[in-house]
Amino acid sequence: MKYLVLAGAALATLAAALLVGPANLPLADLASSPIVWQLRLPRAVLAFLVGGALGVAGTSLQALVRNPLADPFLLGLSGGAGLGAVAAIALHLPGPWALPLAAFVGAVGAMALVYRLGLVGGGELDPRILLLGGVAVGALAGAITTAIVSLAEATELRNAFLWLWGGFSGASWTTVLVMLAYAPLPLGVLIAAARPLDLLALGEEPAQYLGADVRRLKRVVYLAASLLTAAAVAVAGVIGFVGLVVPHVCRLLWGRLHRTLLPTAFLTGGVLLAAADTLARTVVAPRELPVGIVTALLGVPVFAFLLRRWTVG
Amino acid sequence: MDRGLIVALRGVTCRYPDAARDSLVGVSLELRAGELHAVLGPNGSGKTTLVRAALGLVPLVAGEVEILGRPAHTWSRRDLARVVGVLPQREDNLFPQRVRETVLLGRYPHLSLLGGVGAADRAALERALVACDAAALADRWLWTLSGGEYQRVRLARALAQEPRLLVLDEPTASLDLRHEMELFELVRTQVDAHGLGALLITHHVNLAARFADQVLILAEGRAVARGAPADVLTRETAAAVFEWPVVISAFEGRPQMIPLRKKEDHQ
Repeated sequence: MKYLVLAGAALATLAAALLVGPANLPLADLASSPIVWQLRLPRAVLAFLVGGALGVAGTSLQALVRNPLADPFLLGLSGGAGLGAVAAIALHLPGPWALPLAAFVGAVGAMALVYRLGLVGGGELDPRILLLGGVAVGALAGAITTAIVSLAEATELRNAFLWLWGGFSGASWTTVLVMLAYAPLPLGVLIAAARPLDLLALGEEPAQYLGADVRRLKRVVYLAASLLTAAAVAVAGVIGFVGLVVPHVCRLLWGRLHRTLLPTAFLTGGVLLAAADTLARTVVAPRELPVGIVTALLGVPVFAFLLRRWTVG
Repeated sequence: MDRGLIVALRGVTCRYPDAARDSLVGVSLELRAGELHAVLGPNGSGKTTLVRAALGLVPLVAGEVEILGRPAHTWSRRDLARVVGVLPQREDNLFPQRVRETVLLGRYPHLSLLGGVGAADRAALERALVACDAAALADRWLWTLSGGEYQRVRLARALAQEPRLLVLDEPTASLDLRHEMELFELVRTQVDAHGLGALLITHHVNLAARFADQVLILAEGRAVARGAPADVLTRETAAAVFEWPVVISAFEGRPQMIPLRKKEDHQ
């Protein structure tokens, strides 16, 4: 039932994304228009995939660090990706793939650094240190990013700034195919870890008594969720609040068991981001808002509501 | 192999990483099916470490641990969770959940990666709820339960694992008299009716003496005494271990400890 509803919502979002846009196409021409096939459709599909990836990464990371307010970007990834991207812009690296690759490398570098910081006595990953290490690495990367931006020329600065707020204007079928080839492995790994993630909510020791191999679980989940986030940030920039709010919305609606939570978080994140992107490119048409601004404007009130509920309940 | 033997510790010594001294020194224990053993001792005497050592969570410096005839460190966590159900002292409830979901977690070690929750799992879940008098609570949110109800639900989760051994770490801390007695009776019933082994850590010397077949007394990581309550719980041992003067008096054939007032207080 819930999957039917979500599939319906996904189709409706996709239809809306194809129908509306600055080029006011007559309904009859939609099916044959290259604007629909080469611009709107790949863009909507990519937004859906990225939203889904962020939803799943956020859900698993909240379970891993056992902190309901965790976000996939809290672990330093956005800082690393931003640094990579801004460095690519400042150095005028050529080619369409220079920016996403540099962002990916930056995110994976931050991930590796935070991971290393998080390994304490006997090679055990400490989620609390992951969280604090992520904040520290993110702050460091942010400082370097700002230093580069402050030395850059005005047009570069604008490009870098816009990239940091995320967007899908560069979407193409190639990007979609890269995401489709890349995402299933980390997604599959996380979905296979669904039941142990339920156990982890009890704490590490109780989870072990209920059969979870916690040591391995923490490493696998951290790596899979980070790699998923790194890919999302590489193709779309830093899009906040999807990975934070979607897990909570799904938990409220469909309960806390990850077997349901992870797939529903994928679909909900996808619907949300595809819809947010449609808004981002239409509300101020023919210009465009970075999609991260739309998700923040929608996400912050929802998050504030959840925070209140958390402290009151 | 001793068929009834569930868990055996032989001369177990262990130390936490970076700790200055050993947390357990040469402790031995043999627990058979149908037996309830109580572990007594002051705070920091190594009671919880004993559980962790028995279940392979702390590395041993010396000695060996066997569970059902197999060295503890060769068990995977999942296989171990199919034969040992544990009530840890502390656990978190990060996200709100209902009682039935909580007890279902006890079935996780029995579920396959892709398979769902089957009829056998549902039956085990209902049996566990009924055994712990928690069937009426099944649809309640966990955070609405009283302390006694919460412990019964956690025991139901452990029983849903269909274990051969129950390990309970201070299960009645902060419970009132009725709920405490109910929990002890419940554990004893499981041991007698289904031949489970039970290892119970507690501060309640007198209840341990009434309910347990064997008592192990720890002090500073060493076993001070081990055996039937009447043999072990003497005035000298208890006074030395708990560092307080006591007298021991018998009730229904079991020793009961009564702490004395300080002399200058009751002239």
